Amino acid sequence: MTWICSRRRGRALLVAMAGLWLFDAAQADVGQIKVATGQVSVERKGQSLPGRVGLVLESEDVLRTGADGAVGITMRDNSLLSAGPNSILTLEHFEFDPTTSDGRFDARLRRGTLAVVSGRIAKKSPQAMTVRTPSAVLGVRGTEFVVSVDE
Amino acid sequence: MNRLACAAVVAAMLLVACAGPKETVVLLPNPAGQDTAVTVTQGTRQVVLAQPYAGARLGPNGAEAFPSNAQQVRAQYGPALAAQPLPPAQFTLFFVEGKDEFTDESKRIVDSVFAEIAKRPVADVIVIGHTDTVGNDAANDALSRQRAEVVRAAFAARGLASDKVVTIGRGKRELAVSTGDGVAEPRNRRVEILVR
Repeated sequence: MTWICSRRRGRALLVAMAGLWLFDAAQADVGQIKVATGQVSVERKGQSLPGRVGLVLESEDVLRTGADGAVGITMRDNSLLSAGPNSILTLEHFEFDPTTSDGRFDARLRRGTLAVVSGRIAKKSPQAMTVRTPSAVLGVRGTEFVVSVDE
Repeated sequence: MNRLACAAVVAAMLLVACAGPKETVVLLPNPAGQDTAVTVTQGTRQVVLAQPYAGARLGPNGAEAFPSNAQQVRAQYGPALAAQPLPPAQFTLFFVEGKDEFTDESKRIVDSVFAEIAKRPVADVIVIGHTDTVGNDAANDALSRQRAEVVRAAFAARGLASDKVVTIGRGKRELAVSTGDGVAEPRNRRVEILVR
């Protein structure tokens, strides 16, 4: 009996660990830089990386463009985000299940200009994607739009 | 003198008006023609943009709707729009029944896939295998994975690095043509390819 119990507990632990691993995996590769011109950098955990084409992005990355910079990214759910010069764009939260299209995507434009084409997350559930500006929350219903924030 | 003071006040007011909105949102037309919208929420107030080029300016007095147009959008968002990545391109390859072999027509589609990959500086490719409903789940899951792997190998043979390709097998869960169980349907024996 105790043997069965401990085996069950072991299995529960395994399931929990698998869940954590999936969560980590979801955070580690949320999208990729597909287009970059001029000065582009990515802030990650206090470090600044050059925002080169091909760079794989993570949740909480902050993308910055200089006066001559622009950057375009494709997210795992096929959302397309592109920012013009002098922009600060944060990928605050991204999770996505490719089998079911369930997930959550929150981005934030602190400054600059941003063009958005929403992807599978917003298509599956209109409440699941938002873009925040300093003063507003934009809800996305299967959409292309542009947004700007002047400082 | 009075008139001058008046003009100064009016000029100052105009300047304040011109300093204008700090944030702007504009809904763009949807090429696929689906119904789309953006909701703009500021505190308890909400504006819904549902028409192409419907815009909202967000100022201290809340969101104010305004009509924008293609020229305005180009002028303000040109560089951001120019940096938009190419949308993902989708292809479908078909297989000979019960095998992991392409049909002849599908061999030609592979050329289009490579043309699409060549257009992109850093293409990543997702390959999703499917089967028809002949056979049990386990066999179909295995076959669908095998089909996806055949595509990966075929692409590798043409010089596409395997680490750029993610393969997924969905068995008979996502039929292109819905059928009963145990039905041989060529249109379901397929691999979908997404070039991103």
